[in-house]
Amino acid sequence: MSQNTHVATEPHSLETLVSDWSTDQEVFKKVQWGKAMMWIFLLSDTFIFSCFLTSYMTVRATTMVAWPNPSEVFALTLFGENIPLILIAIMTFVLISSSGTMALAVNFGYRRNRKATAYLMLATALLGATFVGMQAFEWSKLIAEGVRPWGNPFGAPQFGASFFMITGFHGFHVSIGVIYLTIIALRVLNGVYDRNGKYEVVEITGLYWHFVDLVWVFIFAFFYLW
Amino acid sequence: MDQATHAVQTPSTPVGTTQGHDDAGQQHPLGVYFKIWGLLFVLSALSYAVDYFGFQGLTRWSLILIFMFLKAGLIVSVFMHMVWERLALIYAILLPPLALIVLVGLMSLEADYTHWTRMLFYETPAAIEPVEHH
Repeated sequence: MSQNTHVATEPHSLETLVSDWSTDQEVFKKVQWGKAMMWIFLLSDTFIFSCFLTSYMTVRATTMVAWPNPSEVFALTLFGENIPLILIAIMTFVLISSSGTMALAVNFGYRRNRKATAYLMLATALLGATFVGMQAFEWSKLIAEGVRPWGNPFGAPQFGASFFMITGFHGFHVSIGVIYLTIIALRVLNGVYDRNGKYEVVEITGLYWHFVDLVWVFIFAFFYLW
Repeated sequence: MDQATHAVQTPSTPVGTTQGHDDAGQQHPLGVYFKIWGLLFVLSALSYAVDYFGFQGLTRWSLILIFMFLKAGLIVSVFMHMVWERLALIYAILLPPLALIVLVGLMSLEADYTHWTRMLFYETPAAIEPVEHH
């Protein structure tokens, strides 16, 4: 390691870990502050969603009444056939597609390709809106079938509370993400980041969006598949 | 943050990616993203298949968890660029969630206790349907 620079250059060595954390200035060297702050926000959000999923685990493990079978509750009849969990599967693919377009948008952002970045972000927002729309459909279907936070016709009454809380909070994150993406995409299109050179804003927005997809991975596994 | 700090070169990349750029920030070949995108689709299809083909018990749970962790890992490491970040940031973000293992452990012990207590004291046959899957 060179003695002159206080910023160690090899990113994955323990030396950089120690030297980064022991400086009395900023810790996250070469990381834009907005990005570091977004990561810390996402860390706190991780704990919120984990609390929801853990309490879901607790009520599901303690209930004396059989838990409703998600495979049947979320089945749809398509083309005359009853397909288990199909709506949730489609929602998963929509969200993963949106993550893909977002990743590409970040990449084009750093290539300074204004239009490709903006349109890919708008495509991401559109896929996100599609996801929220499908969720609204799912909610109205379940509410029509009599699912309430305090009870439902399929089994354990805690099912409704867990469902509305977890998917509701996630859907709220997606909705905020759609608004956030649209605002940043329009700013990209207007050339704001071409002028001030801060294309990392696209990456920061991307972090939030990928996190929403990440949370869905856990909800899909624990709530819908388990 | 001042411009000078992040105008320096970004961290070297481990997985054979090139870093031809003059901007600050993460720049990697598009192919990386398409590969991960494809993998995420395959893994999602596989986790859906677990439900579709009706695997049960330990097979079901372990398959669900394997596909879940693979998907989460790919999203965090590549889409969110964590593999290319500095160790200081990686540890600051990825270590704290390990505390959740303690929370989940404690809550599952507690849930187990609550469940058995209910089994012992709630034995009013009319009010409660039989428990099938425990």
